[in-house]
Amino acid sequence: MNSRFFLLLLAAAGLVVAFAPFPVQSIAPQERTFRIEARQFAYSPSEFKVNPGDTVTIQLVSADVVHGLYVDGYNISVEADPGQTASLTFIADKPGSFRFRCNVTCGAMHPFMIGRLTVGTNSWLFRSIGLAVLGLIGFFPFSFHKERMLVEKR
Amino acid sequence: MSNRIEFTRSPFIKNALKSRYPQLAVFIVMLIGYIFAILAGLIGTPVGSRNFSIVFVWIAWWAILILVAVPFFGRGWCAVCPIPLPGEWLQRGAILRPERSGAKSKGRGLNLRWPKSLRNIWMQNISFLLLALFSSVLLTTPNITSIVLAAMLFAAIGLSMVFERRAFCRYLCPVGGFIGLYSQTAPIELRIKNKQVCVTCEGKPCYNGASTLGFPLRGLRDTPPFGKRGLLDSPLPRRTLGLRSANSGYGCPWDVFPGGLTKNTYCGLCMECIRTCPHDNIAINLRPFSADLAKPSTRIDEAFKAFIMLGSAMIYAGVLLGPWGALKDAAYNVGTSAWFTYAVVFLAIIFVILPGFFTLGILKTKSVLSLKQRFASLATALIPLGLMFWVAFSLSFVLTNATYIFASLSDPLGLGWNLFGTANAAWQPMLISVLAPAQTLALVGGLIWSARTAQKAASEIKTSSIPVIIFCFAATLVMLWLLL
Repeated sequence: MNSRFFLLLLAAAGLVVAFAPFPVQSIAPQERTFRIEARQFAYSPSEFKVNPGDTVTIQLVSADVVHGLYVDGYNISVEADPGQTASLTFIADKPGSFRFRCNVTCGAMHPFMIGRLTVGTNSWLFRSIGLAVLGLIGFFPFSFHKERMLVEKR
Repeated sequence: MSNRIEFTRSPFIKNALKSRYPQLAVFIVMLIGYIFAILAGLIGTPVGSRNFSIVFVWIAWWAILILVAVPFFGRGWCAVCPIPLPGEWLQRGAILRPERSGAKSKGRGLNLRWPKSLRNIWMQNISFLLLALFSSVLLTTPNITSIVLAAMLFAAIGLSMVFERRAFCRYLCPVGGFIGLYSQTAPIELRIKNKQVCVTCEGKPCYNGASTLGFPLRGLRDTPPFGKRGLLDSPLPRRTLGLRSANSGYGCPWDVFPGGLTKNTYCGLCMECIRTCPHDNIAINLRPFSADLAKPSTRIDEAFKAFIMLGSAMIYAGVLLGPWGALKDAAYNVGTSAWFTYAVVFLAIIFVILPGFFTLGILKTKSVLSLKQRFASLATALIPLGLMFWVAFSLSFVLTNATYIFASLSDPLGLGWNLFGTANAAWQPMLISVLAPAQTLALVGGLIWSARTAQKAASEIKTSSIPVIIFCFAATLVMLWLLL
């Protein structure tokens, strides 16, 4: 097979893996409430999962100093004073995995006070694994073809 | 070398590299920044994200180092690093030029050779691991960062007073070790133009140094064949004796003979040999990425460096960027039983688990070489993978914390200043929407790059690359899971 055609085919397959719509199981949206306790330098629970379209309410409770909770990708946040509860409600309309992190300087390990929100399936992880597999599938015939060309050239 | 483009053909670049002044100007700025970082950590606010020492060292410098300097310029950072300067100035007794008239060096220090048994990168492996085990504290506590920066500066000065050349950079610097490893992937190299010129070059001034009169420096001047009734004592003109007038310059501070350079690992790009070579035989070339990896390493210390860096990137991704609070607590609370457990697991992953799986993979491969030699050679494949792991990890860390740089610029000590009006810049993660695709690109690209490197290394030693590629694939899956 022509190596340019092979590369083109591989690139097309890569685009399909990266951007083709991911099969989604349709689940009726619900209202979900999570009580998250924040203390230096962790959230509890630190991971939670919702379905796309759910209305999510986070009740942030701080156990020691002032903490915040900022959700990457959603660009929303809430802050809670010690012993107080603060609420944040949003519609989980973007699927994927998102880190949430403290956005109020709370001590030494503050930049690493991180949790994880998963909305539906973490499709980008599966797409990335698919791209890695595709990369290797493409690598072998292409690199062996290159080797053969080099040998022929010699 | 048809696939090289020689930068030093340009008179502008060549003159800029030959002159000591541009590099000195950068050095001075770097040294001032370095000393300021030490002071800021000691006298500034203890809040890491508001202190210059943390923000500029672990966010700004780290981003430039791992995302730009190492992948594209190899040891480019070492070329401007201020750490060896004070020691080197004391050792030489000069800031700029070597002595002009062949007079005795005014430098101080014992100028001993580095012990032969330590001429490897094990000390650098250990110094990196020592910092890595305390990294959660180091990365977040300004005065600890200051103490480590100061300790590196004083260690470099101390070693310069005892040993010749840049012993600290070459054998002890925790950063220099991994920069050297990954510099093999960079598209920049310093190499000689013509080997024959080096073979016939008298005195090897690029290694031994030379004054403006063409005399080799230091001890060589007083010993045959140069001094003590040798060539230099002859009444005949030096040109007649084959001693071309060398440019003034010091012998390689990195203890490398440029004529024998085949990889970037131990060349610090200090440019001294470009200044010293009397034959204009040194070039800075643009070359294909990872050209050095075509010939796999045979050294076990370098192989373990690859495992240390690969394993550290994976552990940091889990501990620092993961959602597991207990891991962060264990890593941060140094001296507690949780920290000791963390340290044991950290070292076990790096020295037992990763090399163990790797060895199991290559155990049954057919080769005439011993398992140890195969291990060392095939571990070369982990170099691009490790670099890309660090790039992917650092993207996440740097993009989410980069806005601290603006605040810290205006208020570097966290004392309420507002020098540029940005002291109150709100924290905001940057480019979050492109972060995951960029990390995937880095990790998948690193995997394919490593697979190709594994294939080349395996073909050099006539064995199979498949187990190494499977190992790299498995490590990439773990890293994807940790980061995405």
